[in-house]
Amino acid sequence: MKPRDQYLKVEGVSKIFSPRLNLGEKIARTLTRSAAPLGLQAVSDVSLRLPRGQTLGLVGESGCGKSTLGRLLAGIHEPSSGEVRLDGLPVMEHGKKTTTAVQTVFQDPFASLDPRMKVGDAVAEGPVLHGLVAPARAQSYVEGWFRRVGLDPSLSHRYPHQFSGGQRQRIAIARALAMQPKLLICDEPVASLDVSIQAQVINLFLELRRELELTCVFISHDLSVVRHVSDRVAVMYLGRIVELGETAQVFDRPAHPYTAALLDSVPRIAAEGEALVEFKPIEGEIPSPLNPPPGCHFAPRCPRATARCTAEAPPLAPVAPAREAACHFAPDQLREAATRHVA
Amino acid sequence: MTDISPPQRATSPVTLFWREFRRNRPATVALAVTLLLFLVAIFAPLIAPQNPYDLAGLSLMDARRPPGFVGSGGYTHLLGTDPQGRDLLSAILFGLRISIEIGVMAGAIALAIGATLGVVAAYAGGWIESLIMRIVDLQLSFPAILLALVMSALLGQGKAQLVTALVAAQYAYFARTAYGAATSERRKDYIEAALATPLHARRVVFKHLLPNCAPPLIVVATVQIASSISLEATLSFLGLGLPVTEPSLGMLISNGFPYMMSGRYWISVYPGVMLIILIMAINIVGDQIRDQLNPRLRR
Amino acid sequence: MTPVLEVSGLRTEFRTGAGTVPAVDGVSFSLMPGEIIGLVGESGSGKSVTGFSLLGLIDAPGQIVGGSVRLNGTELVGMAPQELRKRRGKEIAMIFQDPIATLNPLLTIGQQMEMALAAHERLGRRAAAEKSAEALARVGIPSPRERLSSYPHEFSGGMRQRAAIAIALLHRPAVVVADEPTTALDVSIQAQIIAEMKALARDYGVAMIWISHDLAVVSALASRILVMYAGRIVEEGPSARVLRDPRHPYTRGLIDSLPSATRPGEMLAQIPGSMPSLLSLPPGCAFAPRCAFASSACAARPDATAAGDRAWRCVHPLGQDRTDQKERAAS
Repeated sequence: MKPRDQYLKVEGVSKIFSPRLNLGEKIARTLTRSAAPLGLQAVSDVSLRLPRGQTLGLVGESGCGKSTLGRLLAGIHEPSSGEVRLDGLPVMEHGKKTTTAVQTVFQDPFASLDPRMKVGDAVAEGPVLHGLVAPARAQSYVEGWFRRVGLDPSLSHRYPHQFSGGQRQRIAIARALAMQPKLLICDEPVASLDVSIQAQVINLFLELRRELELTCVFISHDLSVVRHVSDRVAVMYLGRIVELGETAQVFDRPAHPYTAALLDSVPRIAAEGEALVEFKPIEGEIPSPLNPPPGCHFAPRCPRATARCTAEAPPLAPVAPAREAACHFAPDQLREAATRHVA
Repeated sequence: MTDISPPQRATSPVTLFWREFRRNRPATVALAVTLLLFLVAIFAPLIAPQNPYDLAGLSLMDARRPPGFVGSGGYTHLLGTDPQGRDLLSAILFGLRISIEIGVMAGAIALAIGATLGVVAAYAGGWIESLIMRIVDLQLSFPAILLALVMSALLGQGKAQLVTALVAAQYAYFARTAYGAATSERRKDYIEAALATPLHARRVVFKHLLPNCAPPLIVVATVQIASSISLEATLSFLGLGLPVTEPSLGMLISNGFPYMMSGRYWISVYPGVMLIILIMAINIVGDQIRDQLNPRLRR
Repeated sequence: MTPVLEVSGLRTEFRTGAGTVPAVDGVSFSLMPGEIIGLVGESGSGKSVTGFSLLGLIDAPGQIVGGSVRLNGTELVGMAPQELRKRRGKEIAMIFQDPIATLNPLLTIGQQMEMALAAHERLGRRAAAEKSAEALARVGIPSPRERLSSYPHEFSGGMRQRAAIAIALLHRPAVVVADEPTTALDVSIQAQIIAEMKALARDYGVAMIWISHDLAVVSALASRILVMYAGRIVEEGPSARVLRDPRHPYTRGLIDSLPSATRPGEMLAQIPGSMPSLLSLPPGCAFAPRCAFASSACAARPDATAAGDRAWRCVHPLGQDRTDQKERAAS
């Protein structure tokens, strides 16, 4: 692969959250010689590449580890193993974030802004401290960013509680972009917004992404939003990437039964000529990430599952040009999806 | 999203807070009393009819006179005189000055030390957290007065020694409160956002974490200033606090105590009344602040 | 068929320090037995307050100030609280977005269902357990008999919502008001619950009001749709037709702003501005300030225009020319 295609390079990244034990629990564990693994494997052995200027959509249901993966890419969490590199340089070293080139927009704009800091100061803080702008010029720099995200610059002297949800998310975007990032991680940036406000924020995102030539990772549980904004998409289930590929291909011809089932469970508005849209729900519940099923994690809910699936976890492997899936039956699934797509 | 159109100028949280505070009449009165007493304490040398430290101005002939007595200095002792012949009103004003000075100083130092320890413990986690919080918990498990007594007995008399004793007895309350507030704030997205920028840990702790722990700390601070004033009064009453040359309210009460039974009530009672008014006013203000800052009591 | 629920001119207000908020402002609709209608709108549209008003669950400073809610011919507005309580749960029930708010964490699911049964029915313990297990099985909870002795925290989010639905349906109420019941759930669980709710409505003849911000969910479930904006219903009709060919510019705007309506990567159609404060609504059509078609005629409050099974509140309705042309072409 050309290095251009490896602008963001994620190599075998895992994250295990171990509970903090107090002294008593530690003694108890030592005394009982308890060897049971402690902790939750939120992300297990994820590898992916993202070319410069592209947007990767990260989808999955709760507990799938998409937010944790986003935080690993953003340098908020340190991987338990593996490494995240941006443009050849590690994002984190010795547990500390070493770059300002990755910035994050969080889901809840009510929680992600410091309630006791004027929004203008919040936007200026990072750039000033990192020397991206001289303190004397900070005010006009902030006002410039306010204009770019569609806010009146005179509002920069207000506190977060004086803004609506949509306005706050614009501020959060301004704060991230004022750091002049190369890679922007958006963690469910529109999930808490109303439909009409959601469209405004998505448009702003599309516009700024083009203007600033950003590489992005867009995390969302909403498949239609991900389909709209991303070039490539990674589908996650219980900590693993089960399918990875170009957005249109993945959505039109899913190679993993979970992707197919997930797409079938999304309600959509009936097209011309259709009556009500019927959809097929996936059987069963999402298993607890604390105690995932053996082999392929999706096997207990999968219509294709065989004994092989519970015995042996399928690796994420190429199934078609520029497409990877973690399923023993990906070729079958792909063939069937193709016929269905044509029909 | 209901768009509540923001008012024309930036209303800071402080402005909003004050608007709500004013609606509680008793608390507003208590605040006025507190401020008045603080002002009186600050300007005591200008207001007091006599300088109680000026030994030359004192006459033992005037000692233990009842309120309204016209002394040898030629002026009326409105609240009477004490066993050294000092004008009691002047002594109370200077005593108030010393009590408030000690209380505020001890409160402020305890706040600075305690809040820093608590916030750092919550942020750092691990063995730092365990070490700090175990010491704090240990200290909170026996009464502050006991610790203050032992400390002042060890350190001896004097303003600095007394403040040290009070700080040692009280910083733990601030540390506990700051730790509790900071552990819940620590998990919020804005801290994560600040760390993801990345900002230096020191800046995140002191610029983002600490200010957001301020509400409960302010509440504890008001209560603790009142309690260090009364703690100081207790120590002085027991003769452990300040030297006799710097009589605080507690010592004035103590001085008058032997004469209570002989009908010379005023020497003890008037300083006591002043002490009660001061502590009550501060506590009412603290209560109102707590009510306003407690999210569970809102809505 | 006579409607099981008839709402007319319902008005609910909240008196706040800053003024009176008309959260529900003259809402009228009727519901047939077994029918599912979708009530959609954004936050602040009054859709949830409408749902709560139907059950008389409005607390001070809120108050139902006018209109009528007739359940099987009985007027609920102004009914004595104890009378209303007798009907609540038995004839009309509610499902909330957060099942944690409805389930008592200290009691087992079985105990809670027993209590819900005892509120309106005299049953022996065994009969109650039997009936509860049956109800849990009906909403797709596996091994329901064992699950009766579980506590709510032992259930997943989806299972909790199922249990809450089972409790709401215990007495086979005539009407169920569901307030965003699947919003907090994952899509695969949402799909399961929607499928089950459809089956329940069909099999039991329960009429349902499904309150949601999600047009697609409503279109998958409801035969009729009511679109609310700033406390008023601005458009109603059969869901497939309303969503394909809306009359009100707000409905159009909502549909167009969904990402699926546009080609990937292109700008979405967006409604400018945001929902006005209910404290200072424009005098006429509340949507006019954000509307591309607004004119001076919008300064007066538009009345409802009805045409067949559809109705809208707009002086500049969309799409009619096209229908006219089609009709002309057909003739």
